[in-house]
Parts: sequence; C-alpha cells; structure tokens
Amino acid sequence: MPDLAISAAQEHEPTFGDYVALLKPRVMSLVVFTALVGLLVAPASLHAIEAVAAMLFIALGAGAAGALNMWYDADIDSIMRRTMKRPVPSGRVAPDEALAIGIGLSGLAVVMLGLATNVLAASLLAVTISFYVVIYTMWLKRRTPQNIVIGGAAGAFPPMIGWAAATGSVSMEACLMFALIFMWTPPHFWALALFMRSDYENAGVPMLTVTHGRPAARRHILAYTLLLVPVSLWLALGPVGGPVSLAAAVVLNLMFVRGAVQICMRPEAVAQGDGYAAEKAFFRASLFYLFLHFGAFLADAVVRQAS
Amino acid sequence: MSGIRATHELHARRFSRNLGVAVALAVFVAIVFALTVVKMKRGDPLQGFDHVVRPGMEDSGS
Repeated sequence: MPDLAISAAQEHEPTFGDYVALLKPRVMSLVVFTALVGLLVAPASLHAIEAVAAMLFIALGAGAAGALNMWYDADIDSIMRRTMKRPVPSGRVAPDEALAIGIGLSGLAVVMLGLATNVLAASLLAVTISFYVVIYTMWLKRRTPQNIVIGGAAGAFPPMIGWAAATGSVSMEACLMFALIFMWTPPHFWALALFMRSDYENAGVPMLTVTHGRPAARRHILAYTLLLVPVSLWLALGPVGGPVSLAAAVVLNLMFVRGAVQICMRPEAVAQGDGYAAEKAFFRASLFYLFLHFGAFLADAVVRQAS
Repeated sequence: MSGIRATHELHARRFSRNLGVAVALAVFVAIVFALTVVKMKRGDPLQGFDHVVRPGMEDSGS
C-alpha cells in the first residue's frame, strides 16, 4: 500500500526546477535585461540594493504572468510541439498550483516593487501583468490575428518600469523604448509562426499565418520591420542614445530589414525546401537585435557617466 | 537515532524542492532587510499616511 500511495503522490510532485520553468525563465531574461537598461539609462539613480530589488521584483512579476499564462493556456500548450513539455501541459505542475503561484507572486511582486521604489513603477508592473494575462492570454490570443501586435505591449513595458523605478515618472525616452519592443514583437513572433508551420493551426490559435496566409504574414513582417527603423534611430539620436547606439541602430536595422525583405520575397515552396532556414535565421537575429540595441543604450550610458 | 533518510526517489525530489523554497525565502528575507537598512539610513519616512492626515508627513514631501 505505501508504494501505491507514493506512486499516486508522484503524479503531482514537482521539483523546484518545475516551478522555475513555470516562470518562463527565458522570457524573464529578456524582461530583466530591458528593465535593467531602462533603469540604468534613466537620468536618476537608485541605491544599488534598491536597483537589485527592483530587478528581482520585476522579474518575479514577469514570471508570475508567465505562470498565469501557462495555467490558462494549458489546453492549447498541450497540442503545440513547442509548448507541450511545459510544466502544466506535461502534468508536472497541477493547474491549480500554477494559478495559486501566479496570483501569489503577482501580488508579492507588485507590492514589493512599490515598497522598494515607487507607486508608479508598481502600478506599471500591475498593468503589465494584467495586460499579459487578461488582455493577451484570455482575450486576444484565441480571437484575433492581431493578438501578438496588441499583446506585444505587455513585453514592451519592462524598460518603462525600470525607468519609472529610477525616476518616479515616465518620459518620451521611456515611451520610445516601449515603442521599440512593441514594433519588434510582431516580426519576431510571425517569423516563429512561419517555421512552426501547423502548430498554431492545430491549436486553433488565429495567428496571421493561419487566418491571412503565409504570404500575408511575410509582408507584415517587412512592414513592421520598416516601422521599427525610425523608432530605433529616434532613440539612438535622443538623450538615451549616443555614438554606440547610433552605430548599432544603423548596422542592426540594415541587417534586420535585409532579412525581412528576403523573407518577404521567398515563395513558400522555397522556404519549405530549405527547412525555413531564412525564417529561423531571422528569428534568431531578432533576439540579437533587441539585446544588442539595449546593450548599446547601456554602453552609451556608461560612456556618458565616464565622461 | 539516525536522521531522516530518503527511502524513495520521491523523497529526494521533495528535499530538493524544499531546499529551493528555503533558499528563495532566505533571499527574500535578506532583500527586505537590506532594503530596510538602505531606507532607514537615508531617512525615508517609514510610516505612510493611514486614514488620518498628518501635517508633519506632508512637510516631509512624501
């Protein structure tokens, strides 16, 4: 009998690693990095302890939103190859537990960010979590092909939160950093949707590739990539930017636009023939684009401090 | 009187999870403590407004 009891208990005995996976650490790393840059390039400074605490609670809030997303999307995550091994769809973490962790950590992150920094930063974090969970996950994701365009706002808030944590206000520079991630999100996810082929279709998620066809998605990738250029250059030429940012913006945008044009011109048969090599390369390049862009803002901030 | 020994893989898994939660809690306590020290040293107001207006706190600019 004891063995039977142990076998039954094992079904819902997650490891600590499962809890960490529930918080989507890879997404969290992008959130932390962009929020950190927002905090460091702002024209005000926090005590190191406050800055570390702010980063930790922003990361915790992002992780909590990820857990709530995983709880709500468990049904479609279990269908898609890319997501079926996540803790909830694979049965390693019970849905109720994911919900409890998501709600608990969301509250903790918002309250603690407010206490560590200020009410504006905490409010923006609360808006971000709500936007991602309610507006994107529960409302838009299963209803409209514009899901990731509008839902992308949730991922765009972190540098603004970092800026607000340092300054207690939101300025044009913070809005431009928001805009940079907002315009970057659609090409990033549509490139993924192109090479994940039938994943979204099988799960019934109305991605642009499913509702309007793959050629339309290719055209949209190019359109959003072109719209990204002025935002990137505006930031690089503004107070947050500098020579490093400008050089990075010119080089990265040239590469990104070149990749988008290539994707736009490719017939589906050719892409299928080479295993979506260009789409995969564009997806990887999009990650570098964002990391290097924000890295360049950070480098310029260091140069400004040094001089 | 030996200590508790893991007799099943499940126990090892529980131990690793409990250890992880303990470390996370310890980090949280350390951060709250460090934040308190920083804010006290800077002289930030430690008590916010409740349901009663306090003219003294308005002067502090909080």
